Amino acid sequence: MAELIKDWRNDIYAVFKDLDITMVSHVPDAGHTPLINLCEKDNEIDVVTLTTEQDGVGLSCGAYAGGRKSALLMQSSGVGNCINALALPNICRIPFLTLVSMRGEWGEFVPWQVPMGLGTPKVLEAMDIKVFRADYVEEVGPTVDAAAKFAFNTNRSAAVLLSQKMIGAKQFKNG
Amino acid sequence: MIDRRPFVQKILKDRKDNLRVVSGIGTSTWDLMSAGDNKGNFGFIGAMGQSIPFALGLAKAQPDMRVLLFTGDGDTLMSLGSIATIANHPVSNLTIVVLDNESYVETGSQPTATAGKTDLQLIAEGSGISNSYTVTSEEDYEKIMNTIYKEEGPSLIVIKCQAKATPLVFPHSFDGSVSMNRFKETMKI
Repeated sequence: MAELIKDWRNDIYAVFKDLDITMVSHVPDAGHTPLINLCEKDNEIDVVTLTTEQDGVGLSCGAYAGGRKSALLMQSSGVGNCINALALPNICRIPFLTLVSMRGEWGEFVPWQVPMGLGTPKVLEAMDIKVFRADYVEEVGPTVDAAAKFAFNTNRSAAVLLSQKMIGAKQFKNG
Repeated sequence: MIDRRPFVQKILKDRKDNLRVVSGIGTSTWDLMSAGDNKGNFGFIGAMGQSIPFALGLAKAQPDMRVLLFTGDGDTLMSLGSIATIANHPVSNLTIVVLDNESYVETGSQPTATAGKTDLQLIAEGSGISNSYTVTSEEDYEKIMNTIYKEEGPSLIVIKCQAKATPLVFPHSFDGSVSMNRFKETMKI
């Protein structure tokens, strides 16, 4: 029963606290909402709501220049918005961490989500981002921890794709 | 209309130790570097549209410093949503100076939207940046300096400039990691 109540978003929050990630930006996605809520309740974490995902890349890089660690939360549809911005952490060797909630894969209802869902890992890899993936709840904490350490210890960019299988596919009803 | 390069140099003359200066892609970076090498400068040479969110992240991370961003109308127009983000996640230590020459000078002086119907001061105001004004004469120099060092931000100043090509003045390194590490070291004082 305890397993059912446990929310994997708590494991991500625990990594943020453990690694002193104190700025979290996002274009909201339902998959990230419990994590966003946890961060907003925490006075030590600045939560910045963006108007477009690419601004989270610049924000993270500026925060790093000022000595703070951050993470960008977005849905897979936002990854495409970030491509040119990802040159910034790449060429400046700034650690950059993003957590991507996946759409367009497991039981997707909305066809419009499929192109960017399929493109997400390819686009990230094309920009030299190290891509990690969590398909099961128990993988989330260790994977986010590993990705964050990869980013902050090696001054590279890392993304964790949080699978739709784990998040649950949204089903819409007409009318 | 203001001659931007000497005016940027004038703003940065005798700069205070608590000032960190960022510049957006293109002429703004050459302008900043023309004022002399300084470890407290970070100039974009790419990633168009990213200088405004970068300045926000820096200002949030270093609340005791004053952060000044020089950027162009082209860079700003690519990132208008970031102005709304700044208005709603305000930082009191950030001044954005848009050197608005109404054209993409570096690529052949094609007109930007500000050559047409678009007014960046009104966009800033409408986004919720209450301290926003347009400067067309160097007589406003003291007002600008007061905004940069003293006023509660965030502020956005549009400086209307002549559109003319100026000599390129490069930063001490084109390697972004060298520039970033050098800039980051200045945060430790």
